[in-house]
Amino acid sequence: MAGMITALILIPLFGAFAVCVWPHTNARPIALIFNAITATLVFMLWRNFDATATGLQMVERHVWIPAIGAEYLVGIDGLSLLLVLLTSIIIPFAFLVQRMDRGFCALMLVTQSALYGTFTAQNFVLWFLFYEMSLIPAFLLIKIWGGENRDRAATKFFLYTFLGSVAMLLSFLGIYFAKGTFDFAQLAGLGKQGLLSGNVAWLAFAGIFLGLAVKVPLFPFHTWLPDAYETAPVGVSMVLTGVLSKMGVYGFVRLLLPLFPNEIKILAPWLLGLAVCSIVFASLAAWAQSDLKRMVAYLSINHLGYCMLGLFVITATTVRPAVEMQAALSGVFMQIFNHGITAAALFYYVGLLEQRRGLRGINDFGGLMQRTPLLCGWMSVAMFSSLGLPGLNGFIGEFLIFKGSFAIAASFTAVAVIGLLVTAIVFARAMQALFSGPLTESCSAFPDLGRTEKVVVVPVTLLMLAIGLAPQFVFNIINTTVIQMTRLLS
Amino acid sequence: MSWIVTSLWLIPAAPLAASLIILSLANSRRSAAAALAIIGQIAALTLSILAFLPTLQAPGYRSVHNFTWFTFGEQALRIGWVLDSLAAAMLVMIALVGLCIFVFSAGYMADDKNLTRFFAYLSFFSGAMLGVVIANSLLLLFVFWELVGLASYLLIGFWIHKPSAAAAAKKAFITTRIGDLGFFVGILWLYGGSGTLLFYDGGKGCLETAGLLGLGASATFVALLIFCGAVGKSGQFPLHIWLPDAMEGPTPVSALVHAATMVAAGVFLVARVYPLFSFGAIDGVTPSLVVVVSIGTITALMASLIALGQFDIKRILAYSTVSQLGLMMVSLGVGGVAAGMMHLIAHGFFKALLFLGAGSVIHGCHHEQDIRKMGGLRSLMPISFLTYAIGMMTLSGVPFFFSGGWTKEEILHATAHWHASHIPHYLMLAGVVLTALYMTRQMIYIFFGNRRAASENVHESPPIMTLPLIVLAICSIAFSVVLTPAWRWLHSYLTGEPAHFDIALLVQPMLFVSLALVAVGIGLGFVMYGKAGQLATGRVRPTGGQNRHRTAEMDPLERAQPALFHFLENKMWLDEIYDRTVVAWSRMAAHVSDWMDRHFWDGLVRGFAGLGQLFGIFSANFDERWINVRVDETMTGTRRLGRVMSAWHSGQIQTYLGMLAVGMLALLILYAWLA
Repeated sequence: MAGMITALILIPLFGAFAVCVWPHTNARPIALIFNAITATLVFMLWRNFDATATGLQMVERHVWIPAIGAEYLVGIDGLSLLLVLLTSIIIPFAFLVQRMDRGFCALMLVTQSALYGTFTAQNFVLWFLFYEMSLIPAFLLIKIWGGENRDRAATKFFLYTFLGSVAMLLSFLGIYFAKGTFDFAQLAGLGKQGLLSGNVAWLAFAGIFLGLAVKVPLFPFHTWLPDAYETAPVGVSMVLTGVLSKMGVYGFVRLLLPLFPNEIKILAPWLLGLAVCSIVFASLAAWAQSDLKRMVAYLSINHLGYCMLGLFVITATTVRPAVEMQAALSGVFMQIFNHGITAAALFYYVGLLEQRRGLRGINDFGGLMQRTPLLCGWMSVAMFSSLGLPGLNGFIGEFLIFKGSFAIAASFTAVAVIGLLVTAIVFARAMQALFSGPLTESCSAFPDLGRTEKVVVVPVTLLMLAIGLAPQFVFNIINTTVIQMTRLLS
Repeated sequence: MSWIVTSLWLIPAAPLAASLIILSLANSRRSAAAALAIIGQIAALTLSILAFLPTLQAPGYRSVHNFTWFTFGEQALRIGWVLDSLAAAMLVMIALVGLCIFVFSAGYMADDKNLTRFFAYLSFFSGAMLGVVIANSLLLLFVFWELVGLASYLLIGFWIHKPSAAAAAKKAFITTRIGDLGFFVGILWLYGGSGTLLFYDGGKGCLETAGLLGLGASATFVALLIFCGAVGKSGQFPLHIWLPDAMEGPTPVSALVHAATMVAAGVFLVARVYPLFSFGAIDGVTPSLVVVVSIGTITALMASLIALGQFDIKRILAYSTVSQLGLMMVSLGVGGVAAGMMHLIAHGFFKALLFLGAGSVIHGCHHEQDIRKMGGLRSLMPISFLTYAIGMMTLSGVPFFFSGGWTKEEILHATAHWHASHIPHYLMLAGVVLTALYMTRQMIYIFFGNRRAASENVHESPPIMTLPLIVLAICSIAFSVVLTPAWRWLHSYLTGEPAHFDIALLVQPMLFVSLALVAVGIGLGFVMYGKAGQLATGRVRPTGGQNRHRTAEMDPLERAQPALFHFLENKMWLDEIYDRTVVAWSRMAAHVSDWMDRHFWDGLVRGFAGLGQLFGIFSANFDERWINVRVDETMTGTRRLGRVMSAWHSGQIQTYLGMLAVGMLALLILYAWLA
């Protein structure tokens, strides 16, 4: 099984090359074929993954740049596998959203490769390489194929994230000079005694924190997101919210929590405050939006806020029962996966509406239930999943996050619950505006879901239901990693 | 353990499965949809009766089936179902009442073009509610609880082309969710405190002694937080505002919401987790129970007063539901759990009867709902009239023949023996009078007096609609058999004591008090509204309109106490108050957040970017104006210096020799001076 992960990273790159070489009319089918190959590979990866074994699996280790101790080191644990799975689910659907030309497909495939790399690299240099590699295609995709204000939004997205990356790189150089290693596992082992001391530690922490907080994004480093998501083509928005935003959360889990537990503990009230602000203010702002895409974008911030809340409580206080830590961490992992699916689905539906109407303001529609009951019905499922209705996937993660964080930081959690209410208001308002009332004239010729659209909608919805009702198959992937990480952090 | 306990999940699963199958049917398969829904409900009823049988074997029967839902980290999250008298009684009531409503719907909704969707939602509603009842875990209960909320949202907004229906659905969803937030936090607290969410788990459950002791003093807070959920679902003050608006849904939905499902869930929830409320009680009084009683009392009185000022046949019933739910909460709060549940079950029958009766009347009157436009329907719709009268008397609590009379009396008993205060008791007595009064008023307007606008061409409803009415009317009366003080079978069944038969206990002093109060209410009703039934014309001023000078068409109460009447007619202006306060404030918060985001936080980012740009401009200028200029100057200076130097290198030997001489001279002088 050696080489599977490398193959996984390389295949989308070959795909990108193939897309460029072949006649341009075939771009999308070729991309989908390559996605089918990676999907098979990921499925095999999943089957071969030993859910009971601790530590990394399917490790590939090669000498790369010995002078700075940078190895080519890839491997997966539960969290990595979960994110690799998520990537393989979201990207094909993003391809199915709309017609796209050759360059678009090629860039998407490069992003995909970078994502696989980011989620499997176990060495900072390699990780950072992939991390940055995902940024540039995303920038180009927004800048070239985006909607209104694309130049501005793309530049903002790029500069803001890049600034964060630079800060993170500097911090890591500092850590390297102090400790002489880039290996995640070794660094994590050193974290508990305090990786660095004094002001240097705070500087290093600040750099990494900034880089990841921008990427997630965490309030108040989030203002690039609504612009970028609003402007990006739907497929790109799906990938941005579904997978790219998870790179930040992944970074928090892999880097910040294990390396700087003491710093986080000292700053805990502030960090928790930021997470709660993410949850509450983003959901409130979503309520005030009239553009559907912007609304979903704000809800993305809100949902990632739950992840942040769950992560910060893990290291928040001195008294942290293992049960609650495991609950919070499991919840965060579930939420990563669920939000990826649900938010991408929501963007997909907004894309369908926009394709039909040419506009995507909340008031540009009305009475759709009379004309397109299937579209409305399936879309409602995604909305209910996003507002955390029990029985659908969103609830499982949110419940566990809240369970863990309430036991550790009750007051912050009690405030964060407001986010659940406001999300419900946001969707109730959207459903009222879109689906109910008399059918507006401009929507009276809408076609209902077509065949390609059903190909996307049905499996995604079934997945939401499956996770909502019997989530054990996802927990099987992450449980061992959760236990291992809580041990590491307690 | 009986097989039925392990397969108890089949009871909610039957209607839920029916719902899924119906959803996948084509819109044109109307009769198939109705048949499937009814079959699903019959299956649920049969299984419920099968589940009911083992609970009769021994008093206090309780059997659970727990299993692991999923494992996170090293923790298993366990859920399960429980079969005890509380669950079994509710199951039978919900399944039976639900079945009547389903059959009625097949007739009432026959012309609706989305009939299949309607039955899918209806089955889903019933299934979710049955799930609430069998849950042995607060989490599982919450799951079904939210599904009940979803179903009610879908059904209230069923006529989705009507903006008012969509608004009412949204209001119901959000208002109940406000309560659910508290409930959710309560679940988290309970889970953290007792380590389990299972109610009964062989002594380790959260409602059993060990779990309660683990919670300790926080049980009060947990109970109050859970009560928030009940307040939302069961339409208690101050979250009752969604319930009257929920009348926007089709009438069978109202019947289902108000009788068997949804609102019953809140009362059931309190009864289910009652050990949390009564934990550490002194003389049956705990802080959380006092809150329950207070909220219940306020709700009961407020709603029965508002009912007096309404003209919409369904809204009057809606407020009567709110008030009856308040009464049940009072009963639970003062310790009369069995009494409250008995009233809930009885209420399930007679309120379904009343709503379906109202549906029949509305159907007959060509979808007119204003009681002032009806009148004289007694002879035109005799079956509807008779069954409605039975429902009305049961609701009013007429003793002896009607189940509601016995259960209400039981509640009054319980309130009389409450140690904390007697105020709720007297207020509930007043509530009895008010209930009889507003129901009499409604009866007079609809069935008595002369015929008005909507009474033209009225005919009795078809048998598919009257049959459920008759069944429910019979249930409302026959149910009394197990409620009388002489043979308090249901009471004993619910509390787990053996029942005795003693005819001497049949006549209690409270019975005469009840009788007197109801008589006062009905009598007062006839005195006040007897003439109102004789409204001359069908022309009625619009509700809350200006045309107030036509005294003949005014409500008698309006004529006597206009200010009071308008206060009640406008539902105490609570909707308006909420709109101007909570709703407006939250909306403002949303806009402030958006503004902050666009201008403040993004402004900061843009400010930083601007600073960077400024620095860039500064650097460029510094480069241009200072460094570059200095470099240029240096160059010019060098060139100038070179020019001067080159001037000296003239190549003339005389100048060189002259300079040499001057230098020698200077050196000599220096040497002489130093020496």
